[in-house]
Amino acid sequence: MDSVDDKLLYNLTNLHSIPQGSYSIRKNGECISKNSTKDIEIISKKDKSGIDIVVKKGTKNKSVHIPVIITVGGLNDLVYNDFYIEEDCDVLIVAGCGIHNPVKDDSRHDGIHTFHLSSNCKVKYVEKHLGEGKGGKILNPTTNIIMESGSCFEMETIQIGGVTFSKRQTDAILKDRTKLIIKEKILTTGTDFAETNFNVVLEGENSNVQVISRGVAKENSSQIFNSNVVGKNVCFGHIECDGIILDNAKMISIPKIDVQCKDASLIHEAAIGKIAGEQIIKLMSLGLTREESENLIIKGYLS
Amino acid sequence: MLEVKNVDFVVNDENNETEKAVIKNMTISFPENKITVITGQNGSGKSTLIKLIMGLYKPTKGKIFYNGNDITNLNITQRANLGITTAFQQPIRFKGLTVKNLLDIASEKSNKISDACEYLSKVGLCAKNYINREVDSTLSGGELKRIELALSLAKGGDVFLFDEPEAGIDLWSFDSLIDIFKSLKDKTVIIVSHQDKILKQADYILLLDEDDYKMGEREEIYKTLKTEPVCKRLGG
Repeated sequence: MDSVDDKLLYNLTNLHSIPQGSYSIRKNGECISKNSTKDIEIISKKDKSGIDIVVKKGTKNKSVHIPVIITVGGLNDLVYNDFYIEEDCDVLIVAGCGIHNPVKDDSRHDGIHTFHLSSNCKVKYVEKHLGEGKGGKILNPTTNIIMESGSCFEMETIQIGGVTFSKRQTDAILKDRTKLIIKEKILTTGTDFAETNFNVVLEGENSNVQVISRGVAKENSSQIFNSNVVGKNVCFGHIECDGIILDNAKMISIPKIDVQCKDASLIHEAAIGKIAGEQIIKLMSLGLTREESENLIIKGYLS
Repeated sequence: MLEVKNVDFVVNDENNETEKAVIKNMTISFPENKITVITGQNGSGKSTLIKLIMGLYKPTKGKIFYNGNDITNLNITQRANLGITTAFQQPIRFKGLTVKNLLDIASEKSNKISDACEYLSKVGLCAKNYINREVDSTLSGGELKRIELALSLAKGGDVFLFDEPEAGIDLWSFDSLIDIFKSLKDKTVIIVSHQDKILKQADYILLLDEDDYKMGEREEIYKTLKTEPVCKRLGG
């Protein structure tokens, strides 16, 4: 671990050192350190690259960190991580990938995460993606979420600049009395491209999904937001996609709500545009310059 | 001293492609340490005058002076930093910015609950409950309006522009609003309002009509509000 590694790890996890408890750190395509505890076991896969994370029944107020760092160019890393969360757990999972690419050749990480949530468990999942250095930084996170009755999954996905290309796929199946909350924040600059795809199937009675996606696209970057929510039962879904575009940036929001039950209530809201002029004027009237006002609005928007 | 000298503000009327003077040849000195209430019918230019003073609009003709200096070409930020403070008629929502974020900018310091209480209690809000709230659609129109007023108090300054401060605060005691104006008695306070209770707080009234304006002490102008035809249109 050198200073580049430390900085990447800190930016991903806010940790200054190797985390306490269960963790697995992957660097340049290989696991460099991992630790299991009696509550959370981490097992390397035998048939392919990746790990199984088993959170034992009744584990509460525990966390597991599984950051990935890439510090070389020209690397193509594919990893499968499966999370088995047993009944009545309440845990925090911190993941994400940071790429420091010092050369011209692209570096790419495809993380395929599958969450199996047993009944009545609660998971908060925080996933950060960041990139730095002159080479291409490609991140394609796939998240599959299978939620058994009474489970709750809250996902925060944050990509605040530096990732040149990303294609995010999130699929979820919700059974009875489940709650899925997804908060996504994406900033693109330069010629970055970011695509997000959500497929959520509300199968169970009183299942509930909320998606809040906020994107800021600057310069010549572009973003696409696709969402498809299917309501098959008495359920509730609210999808909110907001975007700010500056300069020559482009942003597309494609909503689809598929209601297959008369008692399903699904809403999709989308608004894309430049920073509201009145917001800038208000902040200028408090003494900020136009540029300071714009920066503060974007910072708040993505906070 | 804030002065508006020979100011015209002309807009294009898109309907018949003609120009219309919203403000015409206006010359006014706003007295210091006094409350001036601007009133007049809808479309008479009250909010336009506020926007000309705060720097959002530029006069088509004429100049604006502050303490003897020509500020006509200064932008909103520059005028705000000179001590001109505006509370907007329609408060603005910000996704992701909290009441604390905005109070910190306005007061140029990091506000603790006890600091924020100084401003928020004056507008009838409990700092503990509001300081970390986002200034977004989860707040009602009335709450936003009170926060807007609190921001102007947190910013401070020498000239306070309040554009219809009473709008949307039905549930809040009017007396508290009046107390805010009274607490600014050593400032130049300019309020746009139609409310009789606020007009009664005025030291001076500026009455705007479609083509004309009249400025004078409250007693003098207030009398005419009840008698002149313009005021019949106001329902007075």
